[in-house]
Amino acid sequence: MMNLWRIAGRNLLRYKRRTLLTLSLIVFGVLFVAVFEAVTGSFKGMMIGQITDSFLGHLQIHRKGYLAAIETLPLTMNLKPQAVRKVEAMLKERPEIEAWSPRIKFGGMFSNFLETTHIRINGVDPEWESRTVPLFLSRIMEGEKTLKKGEILVPELLAKGMKVKVGDAVVVIATNRDGSVNGKQLVVGGILESATGPGGRDGYLHMDDAIEILRMEEREISEIAVRLKDFGLLHKVHEHLSAQLGEESNPQGQPVFDVDTWEELSPFYNIASMIDIMTLFIKLMLIAIVLISIMNVMIMAVYERVREIGTMSAIGTLPRKILAMFVLEGFSMGVAGAAVGSVLSAAAIYVIDLARISFDFSRQTGLILRPDIDLASLLTISGIVVAVSILASLQPALKASRMDPIEALGHV
Amino acid sequence: MELIAGENVSKVYRSGEVSVNALKGVTFSIEKGAFVSIVGPSGSGKTTLLNLIGCLDKPSGGRLLVAGTDVASLGRADSAVFRGSHIGFIFQSFNLIPVLTAYENVEYPLIMVQNVAAAQRREQVQDLLEAVGMSDQQQKRPDQLSGGQKQRVAIARALVTRPELVLADEPTANLDHDTAMGIIRPMKSIREESRTTFVFSTHDLRIIDEAERIYRIEDGRLEGSRAQEGGRGHDESVADRWQEPPPV
Repeated sequence: MMNLWRIAGRNLLRYKRRTLLTLSLIVFGVLFVAVFEAVTGSFKGMMIGQITDSFLGHLQIHRKGYLAAIETLPLTMNLKPQAVRKVEAMLKERPEIEAWSPRIKFGGMFSNFLETTHIRINGVDPEWESRTVPLFLSRIMEGEKTLKKGEILVPELLAKGMKVKVGDAVVVIATNRDGSVNGKQLVVGGILESATGPGGRDGYLHMDDAIEILRMEEREISEIAVRLKDFGLLHKVHEHLSAQLGEESNPQGQPVFDVDTWEELSPFYNIASMIDIMTLFIKLMLIAIVLISIMNVMIMAVYERVREIGTMSAIGTLPRKILAMFVLEGFSMGVAGAAVGSVLSAAAIYVIDLARISFDFSRQTGLILRPDIDLASLLTISGIVVAVSILASLQPALKASRMDPIEALGHV
Repeated sequence: MELIAGENVSKVYRSGEVSVNALKGVTFSIEKGAFVSIVGPSGSGKTTLLNLIGCLDKPSGGRLLVAGTDVASLGRADSAVFRGSHIGFIFQSFNLIPVLTAYENVEYPLIMVQNVAAAQRREQVQDLLEAVGMSDQQQKRPDQLSGGQKQRVAIARALVTRPELVLADEPTANLDHDTAMGIIRPMKSIREESRTTFVFSTHDLRIIDEAERIYRIEDGRLEGSRAQEGGRGHDESVADRWQEPPPV
């Protein structure tokens, strides 16, 4: 086998310029795919992090049917305390779960005593909320990074439109589930930066204030946002929770709960999917580059060495050894291209990371691009290159191994 | 003892509607350890016969036994194995592998064909390079060698597997007189030591005169054969020495 390697290696060095050109194409392809994957992966990860850590959480649990009617924020579809206790008991049992935050969501009127407008509000426990969505308090642009009872966090666009500042008195009026209207005077505790996606422009107040405004006799929860210790376990945990909570049914035998991942809740998931599709297409381009360049070189190699193949065959070299020799040439080029490409990619990604390139996304500005690629991704790209190299050299190698020695020896 | 026996061997090449009878019922036998020339004009069927004896091709008719094996019965891979273990080849254009050194070219069949252990391989290669007078050039690649040197390396490669039979197709056609004689002599002395059978296709009188038996082919037919004590001068008319072919 070592001798096959040696012959394959020397054959590759026969036309150094051609081999180098092919190698550089493969290296460029690997570099392009790896850097693209690192940059888009960073962008995707950052955006998912922004969305899930600002307001969405990794998972959300609602009463069945609530999401379909979420535009009207129906108070009649809240979870009763008994159901909430059941969910919380299950969440407590699962070691993958870092934190959860119950929310009361409702729509109401927001008045600065001069003007009145519509507002969507989340009543939350600030401690639970900031453990579940850690960027929650950091979104407070003005005011203390906290949420106290009697205070409201006003979304920045609303604050601008209504010309309210931190410390101003405002009134929130809402209709409770029985249809009666109630209001409460609150102080603007902070101005909240907008976040991308649904719920990114909601106001926040303390859960006790929400219960008071809605005149709830007992705490009824609209949604429970859940944070996982390891985001990579999202689908596994979702599956488990769905199965566990799916067993719960109402007296009519219908399921009570809905468990949804951020993917089902945020339209950004479609953008993330598009990024994945683009990465797939870039990988297909890499496959095409490797396939065409190696196939071209190997077809040339077979064509140029017909007499040599005839000689090898005549002196008794088995067809499978001739096949192996040509496949090894393609394989060696693939391995060399993948190795050099991977090293250069790691270096390029490091340099881009050092450059700290910033970009804006929606209303979020100055996001720093932190491209990163893990070993598994580099190995996958390299694996694709090597596999395609073998595939590309297989046809010319088969042709060489099946050559009639007499015809090959007579080739001019 | 017969090494090669051909009985009514024929070969027809077909190209579309056209058939060419390259060999038309050739009957012959070659003894083990013989030094044989097959002579005849271009296109007479010399190379075709050599290809059949070398198991590179199969006869269209008749029977051809090489080392007791019916050539027609061998499959593609079996032919390769048979060639690798029984036959050495010497080509007119030397056909060395350009990326390998002289040493590696000679070593090639021992690795790729016979899988001989490294120590034994080294010994066999060195012995043969010495026998053909190429020990001091062994690290050179073919493009650094002269025509005669390349052919010596090719002879060493053909003999390194210790074959029973060496087939040489016009081995001196590309060489000048002195170089050609420098090729034939080591072959003959190796033959005398190892009792390897040598079969040449040639119209080079220098080789013909060194041969012990000469077969003459014309238009695909064996026109005659004759035995001679080796070393006759080629000023004598070769045509005078032919016998009629054996009865079929």
